[in-house]
Amino acid sequence: MEAGADWSVESGGRPMPEGGLELYAWIFMRLSGVALLFLALGHMVLMHILNSVEVIDYDFVARRYASVLWRTYDFLMLFLAMLHGVNGARTILADVVTHPGRRFLFQSILFTVGAVFLVLGALVIFTFQPV
Amino acid sequence: MKIKLQIKRFNPEKDRAPWWGKYEVDVEPNDRLLDALHEVKWRQDGTLAFRRSCAHGVCGSDAMKINGRNRLACKELVRNLSRTIVVEPLMGFRVLKDLIVDMEPFFKKYRQIHPYLVNEDPEEPGRERLQTPAERSRFEDTTKCILCAACTTACPSFWTNPDYVGPASIVQAHRFIFDSRDRAGAERLHILNESEGVWRCRTVFNCAEACPRGIDVPKAIAEVKRALVFKKI
Repeated sequence: MEAGADWSVESGGRPMPEGGLELYAWIFMRLSGVALLFLALGHMVLMHILNSVEVIDYDFVARRYASVLWRTYDFLMLFLAMLHGVNGARTILADVVTHPGRRFLFQSILFTVGAVFLVLGALVIFTFQPV
Repeated sequence: MKIKLQIKRFNPEKDRAPWWGKYEVDVEPNDRLLDALHEVKWRQDGTLAFRRSCAHGVCGSDAMKINGRNRLACKELVRNLSRTIVVEPLMGFRVLKDLIVDMEPFFKKYRQIHPYLVNEDPEEPGRERLQTPAERSRFEDTTKCILCAACTTACPSFWTNPDYVGPASIVQAHRFIFDSRDRAGAERLHILNESEGVWRCRTVFNCAEACPRGIDVPKAIAEVKRALVFKKI
C-alpha cells in the first residue's frame, strides 16, 4: 500500500463504496415511506374526518389553496408518492421482466406515465387561481 | 412404520416432462428422510438420483424441497413429517436428474464475492493474526453456512431474477466483510452494491426459515445494507 494514501485500514486499499442508484433508491424508499405515512394520514384526517366530501367544493379548495402551506403539503405528497410508486414498480419490473428489450420498454412507459402525472399534478398545484 | 414417498423424477435424456414417482417404504420413526431415499434407491429403484455426502448435516449436499420447504434430507426425521412425503429438487436451478440440480450458477456467484481471507499486510514472524472474542462474534453466525443453497432457492427474488447474487453469497460475504483480519471488505461491498447485489433483497424472510443451520440470514443481509448506507464496516 502506498504511504500517505487516504485509504482506510478497514477497507484494505479500496475506498468504501459511495452512492450508486440502487443504494440511494433504497434509502429514498425508506425515508419517503415514513414521510408519506404521516402526510397521507394528515390528508385523510383533514379531508375525510374533520371535513367530508359534502363540505369539500370548489370554494373549499380555493380557500385552501390561498395558503402556500397547503400547496406545499400537496406538492410534497404528490412528489413523494409518485416517486415512491414509480420506483416500487421499477424494482418489480427489474425482478420480473428479465428480457433487456422488454424491460427497457416497460420502464420507458412507466417513467413517461409517471412524469406526465407528476407534471400535470404540479401544474394544478402551482398555477391554480380562483375564478 | 410405513410411509409413502412422492418424488419428482426427471431424466432429461429420457423424459419430456417431470413425473411423480410413488414409493412405499418401511422405516423406523427415528430414520431420516435420507434413509428412506436410500431405501428406495438401494431396494426399489436404482435409477433414482440424489446427492448426499456426509449424511450428517454438515456437507450441505442433500438440500431439497421436502413437503414444500427447503430442508436437508439428512436432518429431517420421518416421524416429524407427514405419512406421505413430497420430495422435489431445489427451485431455480436446472434439473440434471431427479433431485440433482446444476449448482454451478450458485457457486459462480459464491466465487464472485471473494470467499476467502484477503490480507496483504506482512505477518509478524511466528505470530498468528489475532482477534478478540468480540471481533470474532461479529461474524460468528455466518461462519455456520454450509453452502447447501436452501436459502437462495427459497428466495422469490432469486426465482424471478436468477442474476440476483442471492442470500447465500451475501452470508458468505458477510463472514469476511466483518472479519477484523480481512482487508477486502470494501471490495466485497462494491460487488454487493451493484444492481444485482444486496438491493435485490426484498426482506421476504424465506431464507431465515429455510436455513438448516439456523443462520439469521436477513440480519446478515441487513448488516451488509447498513455497512453500505453508513459507509462503515
